[in-house]
Amino acid sequence: MATNMISKRNLGMFMYLIFVLLPIYWLLNMSFKTNDEILGQLTLWPTDFTLNNYITIFTDASWYMGYVNSMTYVAMNLVITLLVSLPAAYAFSRYKFVGDKHLFFWLLSNRMAPPAVFLLPFFQLYSSVGLFDTHLAVALAHCLFTVPLAVWILEGFMSGVPKEIDETAYIDGYSFGHFFIKIFIPMISSGIGVTAFFTFMFSWVELLLARTLTSVDAKPISAIMTRTVGATGIDWGVLAAAGVLTIIPGILVVWFVRNHVAKGFALGRV
Amino acid sequence: MTGAKVWKRTMNKIPNNKAWWLVLPMFLLVAFSAIIPLMTVVNYSLQDIFDQNTAYFVGVEWYQEVLRDTRLHDSLLRQFGFSLSVLLIEIPLGIAVALMMPTRGWQASAVLILLALPLLIPWNVVGTIWQVFARGDIGLFGWTLNNLGVDYNYTSNSLDAWLTVLLMDVWHWTSLVALLCYSGLRAIPDAYYQAAKIDRASPWAVFRYIQLPRLKNVLVIGVLLRFMDSFMIYTEPFVLTGGGPGTSTTFLSQTLTQMAIGQFDIGPAAAFSLVYFLIVLLVSWVFFTTITHMEKSDNGNKHDK
Repeated sequence: MATNMISKRNLGMFMYLIFVLLPIYWLLNMSFKTNDEILGQLTLWPTDFTLNNYITIFTDASWYMGYVNSMTYVAMNLVITLLVSLPAAYAFSRYKFVGDKHLFFWLLSNRMAPPAVFLLPFFQLYSSVGLFDTHLAVALAHCLFTVPLAVWILEGFMSGVPKEIDETAYIDGYSFGHFFIKIFIPMISSGIGVTAFFTFMFSWVELLLARTLTSVDAKPISAIMTRTVGATGIDWGVLAAAGVLTIIPGILVVWFVRNHVAKGFALGRV
Repeated sequence: MTGAKVWKRTMNKIPNNKAWWLVLPMFLLVAFSAIIPLMTVVNYSLQDIFDQNTAYFVGVEWYQEVLRDTRLHDSLLRQFGFSLSVLLIEIPLGIAVALMMPTRGWQASAVLILLALPLLIPWNVVGTIWQVFARGDIGLFGWTLNNLGVDYNYTSNSLDAWLTVLLMDVWHWTSLVALLCYSGLRAIPDAYYQAAKIDRASPWAVFRYIQLPRLKNVLVIGVLLRFMDSFMIYTEPFVLTGGGPGTSTTFLSQTLTQMAIGQFDIGPAAAFSLVYFLIVLLVSWVFFTTITHMEKSDNGNKHDK
C-alpha cells in the first residue's frame, strides 16, 4: 500500500510538471523552426531545424541591447535595494521606534497600488527630474515594490539571529558599522541570497513601468519584443527565440539559490 | 506558536528612536516613488483636466460619477470573480503539489527549479507563450482540443477566453503557492510524523492535524500575494486576449488604462484608481486582521508552546 501511495504521488507530480513545462517546450520548439514550418503544419519538434532566429537577435544591436538594458537596470535595482534595505531591516528587527508599525504597513501597502493609472504620474515625475529613458529611472521605480519585499524578507532572517550576538560584539568594542559588515552580514548571507532572488524576480518580470519610463536608450527586452509584429504579420520564430532568451537569466539565478529557496519562499519566517 | 514567538520578539526590542537613521535612506527612496505619484493621482482626481494648462477644480464630482458608472461596476465584478476563482484553484492545487514534491536528493532540487520557472518569465512573455500555445492553428493546446472535437477558440468565444486567462494564471502562479507550502512543510519536525505513525493516524489525519496547521503562516502570505496580484492583473490578459472578445476578459486595470490614456478621462480614472487601491487595502487588512485575531484566540485556548 505504501509503494502504491508513493507512485500515485510521483504520477501526480509528473503530471503537474508536464503541465508546467509543455507551454515552455512549445516556445522552445517554435524558436528553432522557420516561419514556414510554424505556419505550415503542426510539428511536435522542429523538422527543419534552424538557428536563424537566434542569429537575428544576436547580430542586431537593437535586439540584444534590450537584454543589456534589462540586465543593467535589474542589477542597479538589486544594488540600491540591498543597500537601503539592510540597515532598515536591521532597525525593524532590533528596535522599537516611533511609527515603526505604521511605517512597515505603509511599505507593504505600496505593493497594493494598481500600476495602470500611476504610470502617467511616474512618467511626469521622472521626466521632470531629467531621468527619463535612463536605467536609473527604471531601477528607482522598481524600488517601489522590491524594497518593501526585501525589508520584509531580511527582517524575517535577521530576527532569527539571537540579539546576544549584537550585544557581545558591542561589549568587545566593535563599532556598529564594523559589526554590521564583518559579523552580521555574513551571518544572514543566505537571507541576502534569497532577497536578491526575489528582487531579481520582481524587477525582471515587470514590464509596465519599465516600458513607460524608457524610449530608446534604456528600452527593456520585453518592450522590444512587441516589434516582431510587422507589416507582413508576426515573425513568430524570432518572437519565440526572444522569449526563450528572457527565461535563461531566471534559470541561472534560481540555480544559484536552489539550496536556500525552500527557506526563502517562506520569507524566512517559518 | 507564531503568536507567542512574535510576542516574545517584540518584547525583546529596545525602544530607540535613533533607529530612524537606519530607516531614513529607505524611507526617502520609497517615498520618492510612492508619495509623489500618489499625490499626483489625488490631484488629478479632484480636477477636470483639458490640457496641461487648463484644469478646473471639481471636488468630489468624479468620485460621485465613478461610483455610479456601470462599466466600472461590471469590470469590478469581473475582477472579483476572477480573483476568487484564482484563489479557489491555486491555493488547494498549490498545497497538493507541495505535498507531492520529493523531499530530498537531486529530484528535490530539480523539481524546485522547474516549478520556479514560470515565476521568472517576464509577464508579457507569459502572455505570448499562452497566446501561441492556445491557438487552434499553431498552438499545441488549441490544436489538440480542436482535434479532440472540442469547439475551442479563445479569440472569438468569451467563455473560452476567460478560461484561457484563468488557466494561464494557474500555470503562472500556482508554483508560488506550492513553493511557499513546500517550505512550510519542510519546517515540520520529524517527531510529529513519528508520533502520528505510533498513533496510526490516517494520511488525512496527518494532513488535517499536523500539516495544515503548520502551513497557516505561509498560506496567509500566499493568499495575500495572490489576491493582490490577481486583483491588479494587467499585462498577461492584455497580451493574450487584449481584453476581448467583447469585454469578457477586460479586468479592472485595463478598463482604467483605457479611460486614462485611451479617452484621456484622467479625472475619473484617477478617482477610481484610488477607490481601487482602497478596496485592495481594505480586503487585505480585513483578511490579515481576521487571521491574526483567530491565531490569538487559538493561542489563548492552548497557551502552551
